[in-house]
Amino acid sequence: MTEGDKNCPGGNQGAGIRSDCSVNLTLNKSGGREIKLTSKVDVMYGNSIRNQVDDILKFFDIEHATVEIIDTGALPFVIAARMEAAIKKLIDKEKEYLTELIEINDFETNRDIDRISRLYLPGNTPNLMINAGIHKPNGIILDLEDAVAPAKKFEASFLVRNALRSMNFYGAERMVRINQVPRGLHDLEFIVPQKVNLILIPKCETPRQIHAVNRKIQEIRDRLNLRHQIWLMPIIESALGVQRAFQIASSADNIVALAIGLEDYTADIGTSRTPEGKESFYARSRVVNAARATGIQPIDSVFSDVNDEEGLIQNVRVSKSLGFEGMGCIHPRQIKIIHDSFAPDDQEIDKAKKIVKAFSKAKEEGLGVVSLGTKMIDPPVVKRALRTIKLAIKSGRLNQEWENEDDQEKNPVIQ
Amino acid sequence: MKKYDKLVKNAAGRIVPEIINGNQSIPYKGIGKHIPSGRKHAPNIVSSINYPADGNKTVASIRKALERSGIKNGMTISTHHHLRNGDLVAEEVFKAAKELGIKDLVWFPSASFPCHAPILEYLEDGTINRIEGSMNGPLGKFTSEGNMKGMAVLRSHGGRYQSVQDGEVHIDIAVIAAPTSDPFGNANAVHGPSACGILGYALADYQYADKVVVVTDNLIDFPCIPMQIEGNYVDFVIEVEKIGIPEKIVSGTTKVTKSPDRLLIADLTARFCEEAGILGDKCCFQFGAGGTSLAIGLYFHEILKKNAWKARFAFGGSTQYMVKMLEEGTLEYILDAQAFDLEAVRSVRENHNHQDVSIFHAYNYHSKGNYTTMMDVVILGATEVDLNFNGNVVTHSDGYLLHGIGGWQNCLFSKCTILPIPLFRDRIPVIKDQVTTLCGPGELIDVIVTERGIAINPLRQDLIERVKNSGLPLKTIAELKDEAEKICGKPEKPELDDELVAAIKWVDGTVIDSVKKVKS
Repeated sequence: MTEGDKNCPGGNQGAGIRSDCSVNLTLNKSGGREIKLTSKVDVMYGNSIRNQVDDILKFFDIEHATVEIIDTGALPFVIAARMEAAIKKLIDKEKEYLTELIEINDFETNRDIDRISRLYLPGNTPNLMINAGIHKPNGIILDLEDAVAPAKKFEASFLVRNALRSMNFYGAERMVRINQVPRGLHDLEFIVPQKVNLILIPKCETPRQIHAVNRKIQEIRDRLNLRHQIWLMPIIESALGVQRAFQIASSADNIVALAIGLEDYTADIGTSRTPEGKESFYARSRVVNAARATGIQPIDSVFSDVNDEEGLIQNVRVSKSLGFEGMGCIHPRQIKIIHDSFAPDDQEIDKAKKIVKAFSKAKEEGLGVVSLGTKMIDPPVVKRALRTIKLAIKSGRLNQEWENEDDQEKNPVIQ
Repeated sequence: MKKYDKLVKNAAGRIVPEIINGNQSIPYKGIGKHIPSGRKHAPNIVSSINYPADGNKTVASIRKALERSGIKNGMTISTHHHLRNGDLVAEEVFKAAKELGIKDLVWFPSASFPCHAPILEYLEDGTINRIEGSMNGPLGKFTSEGNMKGMAVLRSHGGRYQSVQDGEVHIDIAVIAAPTSDPFGNANAVHGPSACGILGYALADYQYADKVVVVTDNLIDFPCIPMQIEGNYVDFVIEVEKIGIPEKIVSGTTKVTKSPDRLLIADLTARFCEEAGILGDKCCFQFGAGGTSLAIGLYFHEILKKNAWKARFAFGGSTQYMVKMLEEGTLEYILDAQAFDLEAVRSVRENHNHQDVSIFHAYNYHSKGNYTTMMDVVILGATEVDLNFNGNVVTHSDGYLLHGIGGWQNCLFSKCTILPIPLFRDRIPVIKDQVTTLCGPGELIDVIVTERGIAINPLRQDLIERVKNSGLPLKTIAELKDEAEKICGKPEKPELDDELVAAIKWVDGTVIDSVKKVKS
């Protein structure tokens, strides 16, 4: 570093920007630490912001600097990320200024939890992160890849890291989409130590990418002595990826789902996406098949027209009929629609109820074989029916006590 | 004259002056504790012999009308806000007053808007001494920074009527912008290029003012039908080129919020009303024209439709969404004091079940009953609430005056008052230990709905009982406050000056709080 080293301002400011700040840092030889704050919340948080900024400068052993901050109500974890990014653009420092890891973020997820909805959150846009969890998606995806402009990738990694620690996503599975390997390997340093639950690997074309990610994860884990479970979800986005879907899906034990990204895929095969989606039928089916063959969840591409609710519903219907178990969301408004549309319909619920009842009866009677009428029912069908019942209860289409209720309904008829 | 004098602590524990702008005032005593006596105020008796036999009361200009009304220093001039942010009349009045060399006027608008920023000039040069009404945007800033000569007084819509009726405020000259008028002064707002639908807020003004001046840009032959303003009260009629900018008077269309967070709040609010049994056949309600309120209205409509219920009446401000309910059969009547969009203006013009009423009927606390107490639920906003459910609508957490009270205080008397508000806005939490300015006592605020949970006032055990097994995210208000502060950090209180700049009146004319000058 040299005197007068100056940053191009980091962070975001300007029309329409909220809950964010921009930081302009100049390192000086003398004059102490000077903080020039322009903030919408100066009256309420001005002192706390100045203290926080000063604390961060001290943490990085900066004695003389001018910091200009334009703040539109950034939360503390955002300010910390913006500051650290600004500092590290000028000074090469190993240590990290970590915001509090809140208790609710210290959890692991199971291999087979529901991943029906996953809400994409651009990794450099804090105001979209703040209320993401209240819309109850199964998962949130902090996106370091396509949703972040190349020039902003550096600062986004600090923001995503801090969000994983300090933002309450109200129990949603915390996922990060890293950049395409090999660049994405560098992202892992920021997120692996932060109890991230699942990592999405974009533009996956070969098991080698998965192995590279897992090796890097292992290296970080060994170095920091971490034991937290981290799942992977490769995204297939090319013709080659589709061809190798099964090899990719089965390339590691910690892969729990296989997703498809249709925007890139359709471009790769030389066409474009249509509402009917005929052009991607083969790819989607192949991805579903690869996932099922491996025993993991097949996840469909996002539906990109936020305002077209009817189109989304149709899209989910097709998706469900092809065998997918979930889908990405690019707006909170899509979450409920996706949950509702993936939820089992009346016919499916009725059928599942019959199977589960037959299964319970067989268990009670100590029978090894479950039968419904004259048909024998295989174990995977029972498993499927149990899942349908679980989803029906979750989506409010079936009462928790359905077995008792059904009996009450039926008894008068029998009498 | 001192702006204010004799500070005392009122029944809400707030420090307020007993003398405001030289007039005696009564500190807040508690809800329903102040019972007035005496007779109502009245304007002078006049004789029709002094008015033109041919019914033609037109004069050439606002200036001429003010002159002939006998304008003097220190008088009170009222205007209404039905032209909202498109009003061109109020500014013209003070321009004319200035030309006449008049000083120290009191401006008594039913509300002010950003378009009234040019009036700052007349506050600065002494033409206007103070505003008794609402102070938005630049006027709020001017007042909060202690620049107004007199002490500002803020009243609710109902409180404004009450203050005129009770003689607390004597209007010397009422200037009524009217979208259509005849030369006799009969006027309405349903026709004309500046049609705004209704003139309900001008009622006290023309009934009680000494002089009434109608300003129109659509002068028609006698009679002007319907007569929302009755010419028998009117002294002068002026025709001008334009009284307002139509696209700023009514929004072409009001719109439901697209914000997923606000839609979530709206959904929770509607579900709360359904689960608590507030919505039902013949229910009555009021919701505003903000994006979240409109979404709530839309959800109400769906719930009513689903259950084949018909609401008996809704109180306006009306919007296309209320009109939709009326026309699709989930609502029988709209009683309306202001129309917010073109659909609402059309409806009030065409539909007999869309009835214009004045705020006298709905909101005046000193009358033989009013409508608000009959409403099953009202949906309101707030800039802050506190742990005791007290509400603030006039100042922001930094101490600046930014909004008027509107009908907010009056509506608190409904059977269930719900404030759907985001738990924090750009890091600023909405729930405080204590509100910066007390506008409504917590006893009257029943439910706070935020995106992170619903808090029911412990005084309303009946509501708590009704929704306890609903699956709605119920929390205490303290839990909500903690949750916000965990995310945002604990805010510091604004450092305010000791000097007072404005008084907040309660619906009965007593002073519920005062606003301190901000430190610049």
